[in-house]
Amino acid sequence: MKKYECTVCGFVYDEAKGMPDHGIDPGTLWENVPADWECPDCGVSKAEFEMVEA
Amino acid sequence: MRPTVIIGTGLAGYTLAKELRRLQWQGPLVLVTEDEGQFYSKPMLSGALAKKKDVAALTMASAEKMAADLDAQILTQSQVTAIDTQEKQLTINGQKQPYDKLVLAIGSFPIRLPLTGSGAEEVVSVNNLTDYGHFLNRLEKAHHVAIIGPGLIGSEFANDLLLSGRQVTMIGPDKWPINTLIPEEIGRAVQKTLAEKGATWHLETFNGPIEKETKGYSTVLKSGVKVEADLILSAVGVRPTVELAKKAGVEVNRGIVTDSFLKTSVDSLYALGDCAEVAGRNLPFIAPLMIQAKALAKTLAGTETEVVYPAMPVVIKTTLYPVVTQPPPMGAQGAWRIDATDKGIIGRFYNKEDKLIGFALGGEATDQKAALTKELE
Repeated sequence: MKKYECTVCGFVYDEAKGMPDHGIDPGTLWENVPADWECPDCGVSKAEFEMVEA
Repeated sequence: MRPTVIIGTGLAGYTLAKELRRLQWQGPLVLVTEDEGQFYSKPMLSGALAKKKDVAALTMASAEKMAADLDAQILTQSQVTAIDTQEKQLTINGQKQPYDKLVLAIGSFPIRLPLTGSGAEEVVSVNNLTDYGHFLNRLEKAHHVAIIGPGLIGSEFANDLLLSGRQVTMIGPDKWPINTLIPEEIGRAVQKTLAEKGATWHLETFNGPIEKETKGYSTVLKSGVKVEADLILSAVGVRPTVELAKKAGVEVNRGIVTDSFLKTSVDSLYALGDCAEVAGRNLPFIAPLMIQAKALAKTLAGTETEVVYPAMPVVIKTTLYPVVTQPPPMGAQGAWRIDATDKGIIGRFYNKEDKLIGFALGGEATDQKAALTKELE
């Protein structure tokens, strides 16, 4: 499971935790997060995230 | 063909440019900046020490790369000294630059207290990537940092300095940290947690003159306590940059006044981000900026689009004790109701009609952000 950080605001998406409040189940791999998903804190696109922790 | 010109290459300017191109808008685009024009995110500056990020690591792209990606001309080291709103042209480094539409994305500047004393000039503030570079250089020899201003930015820097192994002293007149955005209970929890990690708090007092010592600086607080530190950081807030607009006859108040379409009082001239006061509100946070950039890109690309804000909770990066807040509107009457458990603190702000109009979360309760945002709607 990996973690991805929003390069604009610092929000971290943790694959292990997912985002159940946003309909993304725990364990959802980053590649399976929808391409039109936006950072829940600042609203930038998925493309602006980078991997921070393997 | 006259280009659309954006003044400012911070998040507001670059996000707007990106959104314009994402909408397939193909007109000529010029961005103007006084600095080097690197693309970086200002909110990341107050959390970069713990992540061991230097200026290079915070730079997401150079001006050259941005110019290529955006198919735009980026004028770096370029100062706009005048806007001729009649002829629709700018004076940049003494040269004339015509525009079709002009966007002011010129951000905010740090408020500086009228400090006195032999060390007053050496008090630092961090408001952009260049400042951050200087701050890092000064930190090389600094173990103990005193921060004037225990608000959002001051507390985030305190958190980051503590995580990077430094000693921190906080000074300010506020009764509790971040007091304009969060209720006392959550502020006290931030204070307590940071204190446990080594921060010293001097609240409800002012610093005195900043004196230079053989090593570092000192100041005697109004309370009589003498604080000594290797470096003093001022973080007492920011103010929208309005001078350029004011000089050009554009209506300004606290910020550059715009309607909900981000249009200023002058034809073909728009403003967004930290410099703008949009429909009466200056919101120097990232979520409103992103919403503004998306709306303005649509407008400039031909579809008039109004800024409509959803609930936009502010995430405060005091990671030792995380906080999320959706403060009640300015001047709202009502009271906080607090639920404190060992899992954190939930504060709800109700108005006189007993309607929930704001909330604040501290500690583990920050994971309730989506639930509370829903409660609000």
